[in-house]
Amino acid sequence: MLKNRIRVWSLSSHLGSIAATLVGLLVLTFAIGRFMPADPARAMVGEDASREVYEQAVRDLGLDRPVWQQFLHYLGDVFTGNFGHSIRTGRPVIEDIIHVMPATIELATFAILIGAGLGIPLGIAAAVNKDRWQDHLVRVFSLFGHSMPIFWTGMIALIVFYAHLGWVGGSGRMSQFYIGMVPSRTGFLLIDSLLAGQPEVFWSALNHLILPASLLGYSSSAYITRMTRSFMLDQLSQEYMTTARVKGLSRRQTIWRHAFINIRVQLVTIVALAYGSLLEGAVLIETVFAWPGFGQYLTSNLIIGDMNAVMTCVLIVGVIFIGLNLLSDVLYRLFDPRTK
Amino acid sequence: MTAKDIDMPAPVSRMPSSLRAVRNIAVFLMRSPPSAFGLIVVAVLVATAVFAPLIAPYSPYAQNLTNVLQPPGNGHLFGTDELGRDIFSRLVWGSRITLTIIFLVSIVVGPIGLIVGTTSGYFGGRFDTLMMRITDIFLSFPSLILALAFVAALGPSLNNAIIAIALTAWPPIARLARAETMTFRKADYIAAARLQGASPMRIIVKSIMPMCLPSVMIRLTLNMATVILTAAGLGFLGLGAQPPMPEWGAMIATGRRYMIDSWWLVTFPGIAILSVSLAFNLLGDGLRDALDPKQMNRR
Repeated sequence: MLKNRIRVWSLSSHLGSIAATLVGLLVLTFAIGRFMPADPARAMVGEDASREVYEQAVRDLGLDRPVWQQFLHYLGDVFTGNFGHSIRTGRPVIEDIIHVMPATIELATFAILIGAGLGIPLGIAAAVNKDRWQDHLVRVFSLFGHSMPIFWTGMIALIVFYAHLGWVGGSGRMSQFYIGMVPSRTGFLLIDSLLAGQPEVFWSALNHLILPASLLGYSSSAYITRMTRSFMLDQLSQEYMTTARVKGLSRRQTIWRHAFINIRVQLVTIVALAYGSLLEGAVLIETVFAWPGFGQYLTSNLIIGDMNAVMTCVLIVGVIFIGLNLLSDVLYRLFDPRTK
Repeated sequence: MTAKDIDMPAPVSRMPSSLRAVRNIAVFLMRSPPSAFGLIVVAVLVATAVFAPLIAPYSPYAQNLTNVLQPPGNGHLFGTDELGRDIFSRLVWGSRITLTIIFLVSIVVGPIGLIVGTTSGYFGGRFDTLMMRITDIFLSFPSLILALAFVAALGPSLNNAIIAIALTAWPPIARLARAETMTFRKADYIAAARLQGASPMRIIVKSIMPMCLPSVMIRLTLNMATVILTAAGLGFLGLGAQPPMPEWGAMIATGRRYMIDSWWLVTFPGIAILSVSLAFNLLGDGLRDALDPKQMNRR
């Protein structure tokens, strides 16, 4: 009974803290959007507008009202899903984002599969062979992934694998030739092309996806490797590992049946957080590869100073991050018997 | 330290103790090859920035339109760019920009993180909850995205990029300083200081901050790699240093148009960014081992 009450209490305080973070996030995006030196009304009407036009714009934007009223208005807009229109495309920002998001999710999902597929085995190999050459090699590999400017690696990879070797497709999601051949149903090109029964388009899309996804995956594998190694080292130093060996299990069995099972939950958490961080790399890599996703939408709006679109993008990234944090927390509670 | 150490006469050295400590740390770092590499690259970077006018054979802005897009060699070590400027000279002068960014960000971020972290760790309670909630909000963004948002609002320029990076880089430092403060907030020497009538302000500044300094310094060094990458990313997106400044990220952005035929335009600035950020990562790892053995396996 008491236990249950503690759990309910801890869950509700958890939800409360998420709500507080969310409100803080809104305050931050509101503050950046309204109080930074750039004058939103001036940006809307232009430098040459007359005084009357300018004042009309100020009234339209509600800038003449007290700050707290403006903020409440902003909150109301956010909760009714009204994020305003993009200056560049003229459509509601939220529609634009829903339109570009699948391209980024497709890229990020492939990237995280590569990143986790690479990072977890490498991290385990490094931990098992601590301080031997395998460990040092893995450390150098992951440090490079952590230190490289991803936009530069992207260009070098394009020069080598596309221009010189011709192994992969160049920029964009598919060859120019196929654009418009597949109706967009889900927005995920790989799924759409299969639904439409167009295997050539599917291969073209995969061919274009593999290089940016590998680069993003490599950069996230740096983090995953490092964390896997340290989790694994924690387990390997525990006494139950020795007990298992004494019982007669082989080293391989102790590693995979005991240690790995115990770090699974932590790994899921780490991979979820790494998935979110891919958004950061996506902003740069999408610019290099002309990938029509979220990152490119954000940067192209930044350059023309479309604050409505930019702040909505930033807000969405923040919400995705909070969501992933919550998800990893919930997974932790569900799968880790010690939290019960 | 044992009683025997204390009784020993002071070593015969005219160096002040702080310099001696720096020398000891440097000796320790040189012992492991990776951190030695980090230290050497950072030293080369600093030397290059200081002696840029002596090292660079050409002015970073001198155009020569009869000699554009020349491959490496022929009097231009790394070739020339689309306006005939010497890429090597631009890289050398660019090191000053990189160092300026790192220096300015660190002197802003270090103190802010330290003040926020130590005060909220020392006072605890509501104040702590509030401050940590604020850091959480900043931490809930990837730093590049938040920096992008700030630059978008402030307008693209090198100074604004520095402000934006500083605004996004303090929360991890604050977190760290708070965690450190929590561990010795209840220590006897703090209680002693309080009994002597020291004000909270004095305790924080005189007794707590010095204890947090080593780990904060390590974190700042490790942070510098991220700062360099974020600054280069902003430069690449056209939101940081503006052309014709020889900032490495911006050089890559302009070189992008010519990259298929003239690979040297993007290759060399990228190698510069990669080696400097790698060097700071290695140096930070080395410093962690040198200054703080208890943190060796912590991320």
